[in-house]
Amino acid sequence: MAQMNLLQAINNALDIAMAENDSALCFGEDVGHFGGVFRATSGLQEKYGKARCFNTPLVEQGIIGFANGLAAQGSTPIAEIQFADYIFPAFDQIVNESAKFRYRSGNEFNVGNLTIRTPYGGGIAGGLYHSQSPEAYFAHTPGLKIVVPRNPYQAKGLLLASIRDDNPVIFFEPKRLYRASVGEVPEEDYQLPIGKAEVTQQGSDISLLAWGAQMEIIEKAAEMAKKDGISCEIIDLRTILPWDVETIANSVLKTGRLLISQEAPLTAGFASEIAATIQQECFLHLESPIERVCGIDTPYPLSLEKEHAADHLKVYEAIKRSINY
Amino acid sequence: MNTDIYKEGPVVHNAAFIDGHSVEIPILKILQQDGTVYDGAELPDINEEHAVKIYKALAFHRALDERMIGAQRQGRISFYMAALGEEAASVGGAAGLEAQDMIMAQYREQGALIYRGFSLEDFMNQMFSNEKDLGKGRQMPIHYGSNALNYMTISSPLGTQIPQAAGYAYGQKLQGKDAVTLCYFGEGAASEGDFHAGLNMAAVHNAPVIFFCRNNGYAISTPSDEQYVGNGIASRGVGYGIKTIRIDGNDILAVLKAVQLARMYALEENKPVIIEAMSYRLGAHSTSDDPSGYRTKEEEEKWHAHDPISRMKSWMLAKNWWNEEQETALFEQLREDILAAVKVAEKIDKPPVEDLVTDVYDQVPEHLQKQLESLKTHIKKYPEAYPFTAGRIK
Repeated sequence: MAQMNLLQAINNALDIAMAENDSALCFGEDVGHFGGVFRATSGLQEKYGKARCFNTPLVEQGIIGFANGLAAQGSTPIAEIQFADYIFPAFDQIVNESAKFRYRSGNEFNVGNLTIRTPYGGGIAGGLYHSQSPEAYFAHTPGLKIVVPRNPYQAKGLLLASIRDDNPVIFFEPKRLYRASVGEVPEEDYQLPIGKAEVTQQGSDISLLAWGAQMEIIEKAAEMAKKDGISCEIIDLRTILPWDVETIANSVLKTGRLLISQEAPLTAGFASEIAATIQQECFLHLESPIERVCGIDTPYPLSLEKEHAADHLKVYEAIKRSINY
Repeated sequence: MNTDIYKEGPVVHNAAFIDGHSVEIPILKILQQDGTVYDGAELPDINEEHAVKIYKALAFHRALDERMIGAQRQGRISFYMAALGEEAASVGGAAGLEAQDMIMAQYREQGALIYRGFSLEDFMNQMFSNEKDLGKGRQMPIHYGSNALNYMTISSPLGTQIPQAAGYAYGQKLQGKDAVTLCYFGEGAASEGDFHAGLNMAAVHNAPVIFFCRNNGYAISTPSDEQYVGNGIASRGVGYGIKTIRIDGNDILAVLKAVQLARMYALEENKPVIIEAMSYRLGAHSTSDDPSGYRTKEEEEKWHAHDPISRMKSWMLAKNWWNEEQETALFEQLREDILAAVKVAEKIDKPPVEDLVTDVYDQVPEHLQKQLESLKTHIKKYPEAYPFTAGRIK
């Protein structure tokens, strides 16, 4: 085991993937010699050459179009979009091409080898265009898998699984935790399952569900609630699509209450989808309405970040609201 | 910093703007309409057998288009796109490649697929979206694709295949394949962001891709002078630092020559090439379009005189590689075969309901399995509302 931060864990996963597979390529804006603006690809060009780890022009639709072609050809592209806020120029290539390649061709062709990595989320004084959490846009598109790790150990295991998964995967990296989150990470190869949520803390009164950087927030709120004698079960969704209904439903059948917290704005976020499904699965077992604690429905602001965000205090208040319903 | 990229040009001391229109781009013409070759023209690599194969593909294309427009008007298929007047661009493109080269087309290039040997049955099964369609009945007619023939399945959104072709070709290069990618698109699609993204990516990353623009004068109803300003699509290629050639797209020998040279260059130099084939869309954009609403009969007549198929036929007749008896017999046979194939394909079952949920992912995930089970239960309850699938649910 080694101490790694989240970026080092990602770099380590990319290194393993490129070492085992000659057709694996890492590319995007500034990912070559510079190692990416966050340094996630540091050292890979030196190790694997400019043909396999390279800078692209500033053209997101080109990066993902190029990656789709590479994947259809049989290569294993791992494309970086520098910030998730800038994934939208590539939206057509992702939702109309990556997601539909296999279906529209009757499996004559597919881009299953494609992985798109992108840093998402706020809390870094990034303002409107360096803070968004756009997972829900992609979750509405059948054919994609969407994965969000919460710490370095998860990041390495889930990224390796994403690269090796035979479907196009968007891998959202919580950039607030890139250097803030440090933990024990095995140096050897391992994978964590895609499509499976993880119960990180057992509890009996309420189930708290989040993903990515939001996990820290609900853990903090659960600590506060514990002092009030409230026992929280904590679940990390880990995969937004396809998502693990069974684990969440089983937890809610036990606790009778569910709180979902996401960084993204409230309206039509993925929390809404979860709430609708769980009320159907667990209707007669629910003791209170399902709580959603989310960003407010504004663009992500710069100076009033804390007010906008679904912080631990808002989650704590919602826990009590649910318990006292 | 790499300052070498700032090329020193001639220095002037009085402001002078460069006019894009003044860039002269020659057009390659080899074959004249009467079937004679221009004096001094350099022929492509072609022999009698190859010429007959190309000509038969052109004839098949024309007969198929005529019959399927008819079939659409009779309501037998929902949609069709013909390529009347520009068949030489697609057939000639494929004829200049090797079988291992990938073709990524826009939609009006079924000629390339015909040349590669997609069977009449394959065409029909796709257009009738029956259970034998390689695409499992999921896309509109003419969205063909074949892994075996290295012809990427067509996608409706315009231009998306352009950066994909750059990536595909880059992968071929890295794996040391003796293969290139040829990417077709129209002059309308060259307005899309993906065109600029794809050319730039290919140029910067040295991808062995042949970009083949069919400039047929119209994007649905929009004529090319409302589509772009400047010297066609070729001038854009020059701007991206990509080797560029403009050709007469109705001249099969010019198409063949350009593609043969482009392939050699792309493979040897590992670099992209652009071919702009000047042609004219004689027919409607699709069966949902009526060109009489936006252009004159006189304009169309003028282009009828440039028919690429009759031009090749005249050349073949003069060389004694073809005769009128063969011509009559070929077209009669084609029309008969196509009619018979229509009758077979339209009677084949639609895909089974299970095909709704396969290929979304590599495996059918749990939530889709549940949705399928629930759908089957519903169909069993109202079988008359779902006649294609009700009787076949297991």
